[in-house]
Amino acid sequence: MRFDTPATTNPIDQLKIVGQPIHRIDGPLKTAGKAVYAYEWHDPNTPYAYGYIVGSAIAKGRIRSIDVTAAKNAPGVLAVVTTDGVGELKKGKYNTAKLFGGTEVQHYHQAIAVVAAETFEEARAAASLVKVHYAEEKGVFDLAAARDTAVKPDDGEPDSAAGDFNAAFETAPVKLDQTYTTPDQSHAMMEPHASIAAWSGDELTVWTSSQMIDWWRTDLATTLGIDKEKVHIMSPFIGGGFGVKLFLRADAVLAALAAREAKRPVKVALPRPFLMNNTTHRPATIQRIRIGAGRHGRITAIAHESWSGDLPGGGPEVAVQQTRLLYAGENRMTAMRLATLDLPEGNAMRAPGEAPGMMALEIAIDEMAERLGLDPVEFRTINDTQVDPEKPERPFSHRDLVGCLRTGAQRFGWKDRSKRPGSRRDGDWLVGMGVGSAFRNNLVVPSGARVRLDRGGVVTVETDMTDIGTGSYTIIAQTAAEMLGVPVDKVAVSLGDSRFPVSSGSGGQFGGNSSTAGVYAACVKLREAVAQKLGFNNADDVIFADGEVRSGDRRITLAEAAGDEGLVAEDRIEFGKLTETHQQSTFGAHFVEVGVDVATGETRLRRMLAVCAAGRILNPITARSQVIGAMTMGVGAALSEDLVVDKARGFFVNHDLAAYEVPVHADIPHQEVIFLDETDPMSSPMKAKGIAELGLCGVAAAVANAIYNATGVRVRDYPITLDKLINGLPELS
Amino acid sequence: MQSPGALEISRRDLLVASAATVTVAGAPSLAHSQTNTPEASTGTNVSFTVNGERLELELDNRTTLLDALREHLYLTGTKKGCDHGQCGACTVLVDGRRINACLTLAVMHEGGSITTIEGLGQPGNLHPMQAAFVEHDGFQCGYCTPGQICSSVAMLEEISANIPSHVTDDLMAPAEITAAEIRERMSGNICRCGAYSNIVEAITEVAGRKT
Amino acid sequence: MRAFSYECASSIETAAKAAASTDGAKFIAGGTNLLDLMKLEIETPTHLIDVNGLGLDRIEPTPEGGLRIGALVRNTDLAADERIRRDYGLLSRALLAGASGQLRNRATTAGNLLQRTRCPYFYDTNQPCNKRQPGSGCAAIAGFSRQLGVVGVSDACIATHPGDMAVAMRALDAVIETIRADGTTRSIPIADFHRLPGKTPDIEHVLERGELITAVVLPKPMGGKHIYRKVRDRASYAFALVSVGAIVQPDGTGRIAVGGIAPKPWRDEAAEKELPRGAKAASTRLLADARPTEQNAFKITLVERMLSAVLAEARG
Repeated sequence: MRFDTPATTNPIDQLKIVGQPIHRIDGPLKTAGKAVYAYEWHDPNTPYAYGYIVGSAIAKGRIRSIDVTAAKNAPGVLAVVTTDGVGELKKGKYNTAKLFGGTEVQHYHQAIAVVAAETFEEARAAASLVKVHYAEEKGVFDLAAARDTAVKPDDGEPDSAAGDFNAAFETAPVKLDQTYTTPDQSHAMMEPHASIAAWSGDELTVWTSSQMIDWWRTDLATTLGIDKEKVHIMSPFIGGGFGVKLFLRADAVLAALAAREAKRPVKVALPRPFLMNNTTHRPATIQRIRIGAGRHGRITAIAHESWSGDLPGGGPEVAVQQTRLLYAGENRMTAMRLATLDLPEGNAMRAPGEAPGMMALEIAIDEMAERLGLDPVEFRTINDTQVDPEKPERPFSHRDLVGCLRTGAQRFGWKDRSKRPGSRRDGDWLVGMGVGSAFRNNLVVPSGARVRLDRGGVVTVETDMTDIGTGSYTIIAQTAAEMLGVPVDKVAVSLGDSRFPVSSGSGGQFGGNSSTAGVYAACVKLREAVAQKLGFNNADDVIFADGEVRSGDRRITLAEAAGDEGLVAEDRIEFGKLTETHQQSTFGAHFVEVGVDVATGETRLRRMLAVCAAGRILNPITARSQVIGAMTMGVGAALSEDLVVDKARGFFVNHDLAAYEVPVHADIPHQEVIFLDETDPMSSPMKAKGIAELGLCGVAAAVANAIYNATGVRVRDYPITLDKLINGLPELS
Repeated sequence: MQSPGALEISRRDLLVASAATVTVAGAPSLAHSQTNTPEASTGTNVSFTVNGERLELELDNRTTLLDALREHLYLTGTKKGCDHGQCGACTVLVDGRRINACLTLAVMHEGGSITTIEGLGQPGNLHPMQAAFVEHDGFQCGYCTPGQICSSVAMLEEISANIPSHVTDDLMAPAEITAAEIRERMSGNICRCGAYSNIVEAITEVAGRKT
Repeated sequence: MRAFSYECASSIETAAKAAASTDGAKFIAGGTNLLDLMKLEIETPTHLIDVNGLGLDRIEPTPEGGLRIGALVRNTDLAADERIRRDYGLLSRALLAGASGQLRNRATTAGNLLQRTRCPYFYDTNQPCNKRQPGSGCAAIAGFSRQLGVVGVSDACIATHPGDMAVAMRALDAVIETIRADGTTRSIPIADFHRLPGKTPDIEHVLERGELITAVVLPKPMGGKHIYRKVRDRASYAFALVSVGAIVQPDGTGRIAVGGIAPKPWRDEAAEKELPRGAKAASTRLLADARPTEQNAFKITLVERMLSAVLAEARG
């Protein structure tokens, strides 16, 4: 199905099931510990061996030699595979650094060997016996120091401009020119990367934890130099990803290599202390923002420049992206520059670009509002735009940022915010409120599905879509149930298997809308097949409801319609030019209230509210959970998350869950989420948009602005830890 | 009602789980100690009860309780998130108390009684806490969830036993069930999906029914 | 984790003897820190002696009016004990500020005293660390040191003792009772128990090979207001940036021990004499010899401000 004209009325609009607060259909399995994740697949007849990865002890250099004698002779060892042993492996399309192979070390903890043994304990012990001799080389690890060496990246749109920024900024009566920094961050999902690989002849089956089944399948085949058709990937449950499981990782490659060598299926998980340097992270940024405005608050000039670093072949963190679209202003420019750093590979983490970009931009907006003497909600409202500011002929498909800000301000009690920073006190707490706009582009990705109807009237959906906690199982079941007129418990959903039609996968907040649109397309086809089989001439007049197919006065149950042989239909949604003619984005507003301890500078969240305008909400329960989860991640970004670089030794030092502090229960207050009631017919037949990443964008800045409101201390370098506040706090008696 | 969506998976898993309860999981190649005491073995026989069933295992001394459950008994509801006591995904009840199964050796639990998430309830017959997590959407990816649930069940017992917490104002007053108490006491269970607000509501509901 | 043999000790005496006579032997009780370190091969015992069955899990009154806390009393039980809550609130508070409910259910009194530093370079065996591998150097001093020590540190090591309980024990002047391999016992004041790093940061305490902690003795209750204030980046389940344990008497005198700033719980009786003159005077004295790095210099200010808040709370 090609989607290239705005959606009109369709069966989804009935909203009998779609849009309803239906509990996750995988909930009982997950809460009972019966959802089977990658490392947990078990076949009593298959003796798995255990693989344990050895990572590089240096950040950059060459491997002189690897001595595996002791490891090979250790108890229980079946195989030791090193980079020597397999020669140069090809690199997958989506990987920047090699996952395995070659004598060149590109980053700390890059995989250089794997040991397979009878037991986990034996594999782990033997792995430590692998002796490696390195020739260490000097690397570049410090973004601030490398800033001047940064270049314009080859790909994407590193620069943008409209009007004459310099001239407009020069003459603007009110100006801001500030620099902000965001640190490297770790996804820190709860399930570490894990894979079980089993060979049968030249065919490879891998149970793994992947957000994008087809990308993994393709890149695993490329890396191993085998035919993609010979690779079977399964990933029905994924213990979180946030981007770090978008791309093939070392666990899958090394499990496959070790299994081939050991002649046994091998399971490999990345140990937590190894994971943060071995895999990807959100790259640090330095961002300069300049804003010029007239005295009444209308922005006349806005510029956003960002510097980030990555390994050779990598790309920039696209932190300026939102600034091209979020606020009005005739004269504007953005620029991204990329430095070469020898740190582990930087790559997508939840809302890449907008998450760190909004961390900076939304502080700058707060600062500018203060300079103008305007309420920050009002300043944002004044500078709303209904068109792409770079191309005014190109409207937004639907945009209600102002509705989010106004609704939020009213519900949060924004009028009670103290206008003078550092003036509200509650016992030992300095109290402040902050606001940040939320913005994230809406991406649409082709997505396929197969739908079966059996003689019991059960509908089965098969797609390689993944559920990383987003609720894919549930919203796909809702979509099929709505389309075919059956209750949700008559729909079976099978996900995450490369034998199924290729879907959008989960990433970039495109999965929910795109994958359900793909299921919609397949269901339309199945409806046609049912109508045709029953001899109903005009499929448009056919009603699917209550487990029946009706046309005129004929009514037949779906079970009967399916017959003994059943019916099957497959289709795929593809998106046309609507994304070019219209800008599709999602909007929101975050309101927070913080307390900052007057003595110590400890910041604690007291209240949080998000208001989102993101098209049709397919399931208010799972959508709300996406948003509160993103708000929680935003609190971490604001207050504690910082993957600290050792600038001499070239690695992330705090590489475990004790030292890299993500929020815990005690950090998070009750959270409120409001969804504005809207649809976006430009996005898909579902009229939905992304929500999962929107919830993160702007949270950290709202916290930063609340801290400023509480203390009068403006911190522009994340995270806002107490050491950055303490010298600006009031004298104690 | 369980969705047929995941039935294919759950059926397979249930078969495996029932087979596992009669398995005496051996350590295939128990190495022997290379210290100067040649009789010292690096493996040990241990016997304990898991979810009411008495089991005997011959294990490598290095095997944690977590790996004994997951890799030898195929009770994979207990999760390995960090293996270093930093996340709480491996929380189980041992002799009635919640602990991190990753930071204790299986051989240290001779005669012990262990309850895992599988022992609390099953799909179709969920424990009230499991049901409350479904009702309040107290999870997303589900990986920390068994640990959160085991932890919360034991945590309410700790409040009943008048064990204080870091946020208890008056050490001499009876422990109370408040949102602040729940948050502090559950802080050893990290949820990166960020379901905390919903988890607290699920626990509060169950606690309210108990009192 | 290297392979090891395992035994359950049957008596205190045989445990100590076995530990002294077996190469590479270590005691294991809660195991929450030891196993963590064994997985990373930072600790590599070849024999583990499980002392959990030795019955050292009682809290009993002493003839002097104090309490004798068995070495194996779990953190949860110690924090929840009526007598501790009533008379040694500082200790209860410090315990409850540490780790998580799960860890406190396993961690023991003796083990908590012996827990090792959380310096990230100590935890990464690829990095130089004089504590883990004497003579290899210290990557922390010029590296990531925000969390690390400002006082009592040396050119060889700036690691901190990470515990909370020990800070309270230090303020309370607890005494550690042990048994040695030859069957003799001794009492070690907590002030003398942990060693400063000097040139040998690998030696962290005064215990001899095979020496087993059997109990920690608290003196008779000393009244006053008991306050434990712990500051960290997140609200729970994190090690202290700085913690202050205080017992303040109505006349303004008191005891102060500070965690998170030194290789041992940091207390200076001379600084306590300054308490009636206020937080600044006391903290200036307490940190007179401080040698912070650029990254952890904020701890100097933080200690003073925390002390000020603690004294205000005590007055209030």
